[in-house]
Amino acid sequence: MDRPIRVVVAKPGLDGHDRGAKVVARALRDAGMEVIYTGLRQTPEQIVETAIQEDADCVAMSILSGAHNHLFPKVVNLLKEKGIDDVLIVGGGVIPEDDIPGLIEAGVAGIFTPGTPTSVTIDFIRNNIKRK
Amino acid sequence: MFDKEKLEQLKKSHEEWENTVNTKVIAKRPERKKEFETSSGIKVKRAYTPVDVENLDYGRDLSNPGDYPYTRGVQPTMYRGKFWTMRQYAGFATAEESNKRYKYLLEQGQTGLSVAFDLPTQIGYDSDQALSEGEVGKVGVAIDSLKDMEILFDGIPLDKVSTSMTINAPASVLLAMYIAVAEKQGVAPNQLSGTIQNDILKEYIARGTYIFPVEPSMRLITNIFEYCSESVPKWNTISISGYHIREAGSTAAQEVAFTLADGIAYVEAAVKAGLDVDEFGPRLSFFFNSHNEILEEVAKFRAARRLWAKIMKDRFNAKDPRSMMLRFHTQTAGCTLTAQQPDNNVVRVAMQTLAAVLGGTQSLHTNSRDEALALPTEDSVRIALRTQQIVAYESGVTETVDPLAGSYYIESLTDQIEQKAMNYLDKIDELGGAAKAIDRGYIQKEIQDSAYKYQKEIEAGDRIVVGVNKFQVEESAPKGLLKVDPKVGELQKQKLVELRRTRDNVKVNAALEALKNSAKGDDNLMPLILQAVKEYATLGEICGVLREVFGEYQQSIVL
Amino acid sequence: MDIKAGLLKKDKRAAARLISMMENGESEAVQIIKECYGMTGHARIIGITGAPGVGKSTVTDKLAKQLRKEGKQIGIIAVDPTSPFTGGAILGDRVRMTDLNTDPGVFIRSMGTRGALGGLSKAVHGAVKILDIFGMDYIFIETVGVGQSEIDIVKLADTVIMVMVPGLGDDIQAIKAGIMEIGDIFAVNKSDRDGADRTAAEIEAMLDFNRSEEYRPPVLNIIARDNGGIEELIRLVEEHWEYENKSGSYKKKKSNRLKAEVMDIFRDSIMRTVHSMSENTNIINELIQKVMDKQLDPYSAADRLMDEFTENQRHKF
Repeated sequence: MDRPIRVVVAKPGLDGHDRGAKVVARALRDAGMEVIYTGLRQTPEQIVETAIQEDADCVAMSILSGAHNHLFPKVVNLLKEKGIDDVLIVGGGVIPEDDIPGLIEAGVAGIFTPGTPTSVTIDFIRNNIKRK
Repeated sequence: MFDKEKLEQLKKSHEEWENTVNTKVIAKRPERKKEFETSSGIKVKRAYTPVDVENLDYGRDLSNPGDYPYTRGVQPTMYRGKFWTMRQYAGFATAEESNKRYKYLLEQGQTGLSVAFDLPTQIGYDSDQALSEGEVGKVGVAIDSLKDMEILFDGIPLDKVSTSMTINAPASVLLAMYIAVAEKQGVAPNQLSGTIQNDILKEYIARGTYIFPVEPSMRLITNIFEYCSESVPKWNTISISGYHIREAGSTAAQEVAFTLADGIAYVEAAVKAGLDVDEFGPRLSFFFNSHNEILEEVAKFRAARRLWAKIMKDRFNAKDPRSMMLRFHTQTAGCTLTAQQPDNNVVRVAMQTLAAVLGGTQSLHTNSRDEALALPTEDSVRIALRTQQIVAYESGVTETVDPLAGSYYIESLTDQIEQKAMNYLDKIDELGGAAKAIDRGYIQKEIQDSAYKYQKEIEAGDRIVVGVNKFQVEESAPKGLLKVDPKVGELQKQKLVELRRTRDNVKVNAALEALKNSAKGDDNLMPLILQAVKEYATLGEICGVLREVFGEYQQSIVL
Repeated sequence: MDIKAGLLKKDKRAAARLISMMENGESEAVQIIKECYGMTGHARIIGITGAPGVGKSTVTDKLAKQLRKEGKQIGIIAVDPTSPFTGGAILGDRVRMTDLNTDPGVFIRSMGTRGALGGLSKAVHGAVKILDIFGMDYIFIETVGVGQSEIDIVKLADTVIMVMVPGLGDDIQAIKAGIMEIGDIFAVNKSDRDGADRTAAEIEAMLDFNRSEEYRPPVLNIIARDNGGIEELIRLVEEHWEYENKSGSYKKKKSNRLKAEVMDIFRDSIMRTVHSMSENTNIINELIQKVMDKQLDPYSAADRLMDEFTENQRHKF
């Protein structure tokens, strides 16, 4: 593929810890991707609208507040409601192992917990985006 | 401090030694790395000698413990008199649940409370507002009104404990609630001791729970300074925080620089509002991070104390020595905790505790081993508290004040961190102060660059994190993590319905209207907020009124 | 997804996908625009330019919000630089426009400059047409006005607002260096800061020196963050538009613009042909080898290439 992959990097919810999101944003840029960075306090509706207007290949979200079980599936479902099935959704942050199967089931393709090298996230996105 | 002649001899012989090592020893036993450096990028030499501190003047640069510039500590006896306050940051779910946890911690020998609020509370939303969904009670306790606050401190005598509240944008509202609860217990405001974080600048920089734009935020902070100096004199009105700046990825030197830059901005704002520096100066407190590199951390704490003393004395002409003393709370570095092999975190926290104590902290929170995974369980919190107790009672480092003083390396590091911090302060002054530097994204960018560099070092294997990029093992998922009941949100909503039904809504509206009108002028808003709180206006309503008048802060992003 | 049908039904997804296709140089996108070209020409195009950090996104955000109050439909194209080393980019302009995100009458698209092959200009031209067909009343193009390709995009606009801030001396230097001519309105943002009036005066002085034609760009102090001066700014945009139409300047501009665009596309398709020639035949390598061996000089080699090229084209017809 000779076009850059477009990724929306978003902080859903009220959590303001954006170190991880910003490090990932830079790493994705350095991997040749176009990163649309949304900033803090995004509602699921805002994230989905951004993904649509930016024609994103991937939505990458980061939550450290524990609200992931609520917010990640909400983004997935909103996209589904709009009939969008070609956007890869990944999540990261402080997410207990126990919650991961449920999130995957809900349609989040990959969950990256603290300590994950950015290269793992980058490869995952490259290998799993749905449009070529 | 040293004899000139002897120093010359020493210089020579040390150079010879270096030469010998470089030519002979290294050939046989190469060193692990070409260059060694600290987190702040300070080059670390093979060995330090009196030459490295040849300009050190004991009276000027260190002086005795409890004397200006307080490099060695703010008190003459330090832990020989009393240990630091062991204060574990806690709070989750409802006020009822958190109240139980506080009582447990006090029974375990904790000496002060530290309240964690959930994100809606920190951002001034009630539990039933749309943006609060999924967040209620998650990272701390949900407080919607004075009712919740009454439950939170039920059975805890507020004249006996000191309470620290991690609250920033709506700090005045939570402080007002605390004062109101105390009154109901029969405790007068002047008997209250504790701290509100109240540090909005670092929210813009690193932590993200801001509400209002810079100017009205600074006004609210100055209002608190003024109000407390008259009515709540034992209260620490602000905790100027480097902790979150460090968590966001800064180096040790940047932590000192940006924290003190924020400190300068607050003092300037208060002076500009007509307050005398010695009126509020003694009530300023600080909050630092204690990271892994023990020696650099100790130097950092010492450098921060010395630099702040000079700033208050020389830049702001403070006269009261207490205005010049940098007193600080410390928390061990959350970002060093690993999700992998979480028990290893107990060791990390122990080292970080040691650094904080050797650095002369006034109070300390130790993180629990499972915090990279979830909120800590009761068992984990107990181990964390025990870690402090072991350092206090068993290690012996508390028996003398500032035990590392005079170490060539420590003194050299202290100087270099101070110098690096001063360079940043000059740059920030050039940009027009901390608020302007934040607006331009300068401070954020500096921190992000450090954070990204750190991450790249880990991924390249240049920096080892045990259990993460070396010494990994196959692990099964940890069991028994604390889970917040998702029903908390519903519960808080019901409480709000009940509250709005039973309170005197006419009085609530009148109090909110009065607050709104005053917000448009330049009165001190504390008394009006206190009035609204007492009428059981909710946090969301009070902040809502202020949002209408002040507007909301817009993030600056430079990536 | 039937993109053309979607676009005509005002489906944002279709518009978004079509813009991507345009960015990626897919010929199918050009085909769709060709078919819908008749529907263009409705939107007013406003360029917002200025140095990094002057508050372009905030100005755009406030202008858009004001126009939304009047019921206008708004498209926004925000261009940020692509890293020349990695080909990646961080596009962060939406951060300032969070409230507009979910407004059904607004469409925001971030674009990276993606290298220097002139693709940007074509992609932005395409995106503007797509948003025009979509039915937007106003289309904002926000970009740092540095570098030829970005200046090219700004020239697409009917009205260009140049945003400045007090106390950025380099700014004024940049203007001296040649982009003064493209500003139709000068907005001094953050004018509550020290030195706003001086900056405004400096701009005025520069205008005295540089501009000779009948229209003199106004200089306005604004504080976009607090919405200060935004209504006035819109009024100035309208005045400029009226002037352009009355004076006939718009017609001239438009014809120049179209000429430039056609020439651009033409140049682009020549480059493509040359490119495919170099890939599909060995002729270039052979010629280079001859130049290496001094059997040929570079000028004659290029002449041969041109012969080959025209020959190639003749076969097409």
